[in-house]
Amino acid sequence: MSKIILQGGRLIDPETGLDETGDLVIEDGRVLALATAAEGGAAEFLAEEDAEIIDVTGLLVTPGLIDMHAHLREPGDEEEETIWSGSRAAVAGGITTVAAFPNTEPAVDNEASAEFVVLQGRRAGYANIFPVGTVTLRREGEELSEMAGLTKAGAVAFSDADRCLRSAEMMRRGLLYAKMFDRPVVAFCEDSDLRRGGVMNYGKVALRHGLPGIPAVSESIIVARDIGIADITQGCLHIGQLSAAGSVALVRQGKESGVKVTAEVTPHHFTLTDECCEYFDPNYKVLPPLRSQADVDALLEGLRDGTIDVIVSAHAPHTAEEKAVEFVYAPFGVVGLETLFCASYTTLVGKHGFGVAEVLAKLTINPARLLGLADDRGGISAGKIADVAVFDVETDRIIDPETFESKGRNTCFGGLTMRGNTVHTFVGGRHVVSEGRVLGAGQESVAER
Amino acid sequence: MNWNRKHLLGLEDLSREEIIELLDTAEGFREVSTRSVKKVPALRGRVVVNLFFEPSTRTRTSFELAGARLSADVLNFSGSSSSTSKGETLNDTALNIEAMGVDIVVVRHSCSGAAYQLSQVLGCSVINAGDGAHEHPTQALLDIFTIRQHKPDLEGLKVAIVGDVSHSRVARSNIWGLQKLGAEVYAVGPSTLVPNGLSRLGVKVSHNLDEVLEEVDVFNMLRIQKERQERGLFPTIREYAKLYGLNGERMKRVKEDALVLHPGPINRGVELTPEVADGPRSVILDQVSNGLAVRMAALYLVGACGPQGGQVESQRASGGES
Repeated sequence: MSKIILQGGRLIDPETGLDETGDLVIEDGRVLALATAAEGGAAEFLAEEDAEIIDVTGLLVTPGLIDMHAHLREPGDEEEETIWSGSRAAVAGGITTVAAFPNTEPAVDNEASAEFVVLQGRRAGYANIFPVGTVTLRREGEELSEMAGLTKAGAVAFSDADRCLRSAEMMRRGLLYAKMFDRPVVAFCEDSDLRRGGVMNYGKVALRHGLPGIPAVSESIIVARDIGIADITQGCLHIGQLSAAGSVALVRQGKESGVKVTAEVTPHHFTLTDECCEYFDPNYKVLPPLRSQADVDALLEGLRDGTIDVIVSAHAPHTAEEKAVEFVYAPFGVVGLETLFCASYTTLVGKHGFGVAEVLAKLTINPARLLGLADDRGGISAGKIADVAVFDVETDRIIDPETFESKGRNTCFGGLTMRGNTVHTFVGGRHVVSEGRVLGAGQESVAER
Repeated sequence: MNWNRKHLLGLEDLSREEIIELLDTAEGFREVSTRSVKKVPALRGRVVVNLFFEPSTRTRTSFELAGARLSADVLNFSGSSSSTSKGETLNDTALNIEAMGVDIVVVRHSCSGAAYQLSQVLGCSVINAGDGAHEHPTQALLDIFTIRQHKPDLEGLKVAIVGDVSHSRVARSNIWGLQKLGAEVYAVGPSTLVPNGLSRLGVKVSHNLDEVLEEVDVFNMLRIQKERQERGLFPTIREYAKLYGLNGERMKRVKEDALVLHPGPINRGVELTPEVADGPRSVILDQVSNGLAVRMAALYLVGACGPQGGQVESQRASGGES
């Protein structure tokens, strides 16, 4: 089979520490070779007649991103997103692997439904779609799901998505049981009593607007609880979507004392504050809520010192009609697949001076390791599956939701100027995004065939 | 004239001058109610819709009468403010009503931000008649108007808002309006309903009514919702009345010229004992009649003096024909 050669890009691989200009050669779906310009590039391959040479001079060539937290809505809420549209959105954002969360209807709590997600992902034919299975049946927090079956069907993690396990004992059993399959439990940390029907961060804006507030402690109290349980079970706990300074401190402390705990954060939580809710715009209504500047600062510090391992989109598409209602009634959630990289790059590298590789590690190899995918994915060294993204970080882009591949338009970054456009995406060596355009591929679903 | 607004959504974003303009305009309209023909033609040919998604006889009636006295056509529309997953959305309801050729929508809704949301989608003027726990500007204006009748200079005046400040739109609008006019605002009530965080709004928080009794010039006694007690935010109505109710004993200790306000309806024996509600310091019924004048002023200013009020000759009520 002919080779594809990405020529003259800045090759960055956080797994190996590579950061040099050079050529990347893909063959048979895998990375065949990396050749730095200093070594003379991939001259031997460039000479081959049938090699497809793509000039990526001045662009970043990175491992395809791995988003370990996205809601693709299928089955059950196909008007919001399908695995097909979500996969297109993913690759449009340079994401080659997505962990699809199980808060679907029905929930992904058994082998068959997990397999359905895998098959729909293959039919769509864009990104690698891995299911996240539920911890408990129907996400009701009462009985454990059949995790062996879920694992067999391809589940890479377990989570009850946006439902916090109310029972500490169920969390203990979940962590213990998931440990047998070497899979993390992604915890949504929220004490619903302390949340009291809140719709935004408990802070000055909520106070002025008379909107019920969600106090930061409603998150950190469960973070503390779950770290305590991870300690006694030695299970693999991954804290979903950190938002509060207190939670960051608890994770840091947990790591220092040797608990197997990891954590993730979204670009909106480390970029925006609750002041965005000033005009009651439901596009800023997320759970956990956008918090204060002090929380944002703590999240940035957590990213810097390694307390926070992973950056996720928490992609949560909603239809326009669902969001075009009173702030109080609007559902929580924002889309994020197509802004995961540009928002991370713009905020962290552009504004706060992070290194590109430092940020990319949290979008590639770190989640790959957590999900048990690192043997084949999360890097671009020779022999790995050729999941590759090419980004342009020199050109400004104004975020326009109307251009999204996702069915959801509910972004909280609309109108902002960012850097980090996806130019090319390769999944298993297949060219699925070229010059920023998603190329045609599979079919949307069995039903719509 | 210090008025160039299309909407009246709250007092937080109004300037001191705009608030004074509203109060002064209301002053002019108050006299209309004393005439034998209680009508001026200021909004003749205009249509006002009371769009109430939450039951409220008092505020609605007051707006209705205020509109009638300005010669506007007034329609009442009650909507159900349930979640919009089924049925018509707030925006659709409002747009449908506006399509009938409406000039001013007066909206009451249980969600904070509903009035702002409508002001973004409607072409006509919007007056907020209470949105969630956010703002209730005309109620606060009538409270301030009533205070001003007795105490013309609000600078340095100490006004205590007593009760469930946390969940109260009346309290919030009062806080902004009073502060802009130079008054010092106290929030008094149990710590579960008056959290210390309220001090971030520039108010003095107290959980002890007796402690502030002697220094306060005006007591604005909020109605306590039985529902809050049922949700466990305070133990009993009895204990609440003991701690935060104004009674004869407490009235002996207040300033001689202190005023007692209540937005109504009163829970007699809870916020106020009858002797206080009907006593010499009470200005509660003045509030009701002033409410009419204030709402006439609000309708008149947004309807006839805002950026789109050009078609109607601007005429102050006091100077207009009878």
